[in-house]
Amino acid sequence: MAAEDADLTPADGKPIGRRIVLGMAGVGAVAVVLGKQLTSMTSNAVGAVAPQIQSVIPATGGFRIYTVTNGYPEMTTAAYRLKITSGADVTTLTFDDLAALPQTSMTKDFQCVTGWRVDNVAWSGVLLSDIIDKFGLSANGTALSFTSFDGAYTESLTMEQAMRPDVLVATSMLGGPISQEHGGPVRLVVAPMYAYKSIKWLDGIEATPTVEPGYWEVRGYDVDAWVGKSNGRSDAPVV
Amino acid sequence: MPQSSDTQIRRFTKAERWIHRIIALDIGLLIVTAAFLYIPDLSARVGNRYIFRISHEILGFALPIPVIIAFCFLAFRLDVKRMNRFTRVDWQWLRSKDRRTGGLAVGKFNAGQKLNAAFQFGAIIIMFVTGAALYFNEFISIDLRTGFTFVHDWLALIVVIMVIGHMYMAQREPYARQGLRTGFVPRDWAMREHRGWAQAMIGETAPASEGEPQPAQPE
Repeated sequence: MAAEDADLTPADGKPIGRRIVLGMAGVGAVAVVLGKQLTSMTSNAVGAVAPQIQSVIPATGGFRIYTVTNGYPEMTTAAYRLKITSGADVTTLTFDDLAALPQTSMTKDFQCVTGWRVDNVAWSGVLLSDIIDKFGLSANGTALSFTSFDGAYTESLTMEQAMRPDVLVATSMLGGPISQEHGGPVRLVVAPMYAYKSIKWLDGIEATPTVEPGYWEVRGYDVDAWVGKSNGRSDAPVV
Repeated sequence: MPQSSDTQIRRFTKAERWIHRIIALDIGLLIVTAAFLYIPDLSARVGNRYIFRISHEILGFALPIPVIIAFCFLAFRLDVKRMNRFTRVDWQWLRSKDRRTGGLAVGKFNAGQKLNAAFQFGAIIIMFVTGAALYFNEFISIDLRTGFTFVHDWLALIVVIMVIGHMYMAQREPYARQGLRTGFVPRDWAMREHRGWAQAMIGETAPASEGEPQPAQPE
């Protein structure tokens, strides 16, 4: 029997394996640097040819689900409560109470600050401005604070931002109920801003004297999160 | 350590077989946890995102450990050396239409195995670096974070395709699987699939075969 390395001779052949590894590292590094542009390119390309597979092909569109807590908080529409604090007045709304308020629908692009974007998402629910007017929130503060029943996430808007006609307390998404991972049964949708403003699993709205920075904002994100004009990003405005 | 016999040739050491199993298990679990984090239908069904996330992170940070341990074994380093080098036979093997008939004096690994090994090694490095960057994302600008996400996600998809291909090739080759299970392969199979290596192991001089170049022989 021959030695274990009997088949090996010095400098036999070219080190192609090493070249492949180094080449991959080089391509990978370039792709990291150009990743922002490549993400939008692949997103547009796949969206044009095969939109139905977008959610499985990486970085090409479709929602990504983020939560800051362990898993998704659970809530039935029957158990759902929305607490509205306007000065000394505290009102608790049920899901049916929200359904009884004037309903508004809008279809808007959904842009995340990490780069992904979903075009033409249909939402419906109650305009935040209708809630502000009904409960006199603007008389009791210059800003709104929002809480989530995940127990951790918070958000904020100036009263002026909150009065916009593209800010919705949404109870429906894409023609059906809002699923648990998308923030159901009720979430905020702040269409002109990056999606971290659109707090999921909304359970509280309170008038505050000043803007209280939200969960990600105390971690470095911009408080005024206009799409394309904040967080150092230049995404196209949502339509 | 049992040695090669008249009918069986030793192909992998015990250490190599265990390293292969451990790395395969780690990568397999990384793919499963990634699926639960990444595919919306799956993550909605099982929830517990935090558990899958922390498992994926631990498995990812653990992956270099068996790789580094592997390099402590001479048998593994010799196989890496074999994988790295592309001989004239390898280029012929890639072009050849009857590559599996034993006409070519293929070494211990054929060119396809070499390409796969190089890809997987490169992929482990890139997935580790991009994954670690995403874990420590507070130190990274949002644009770069998008870039790291892009590379980590796309390469993950390619890795899954390559792993499926690797398992498909393995299920077609019972003797290759036997090599990784027992450490030994039948001599006949080795002479057919890896003649250059088998002849060197047996200590036999290769007979000249229809115009093919002789495998390089050791002193």
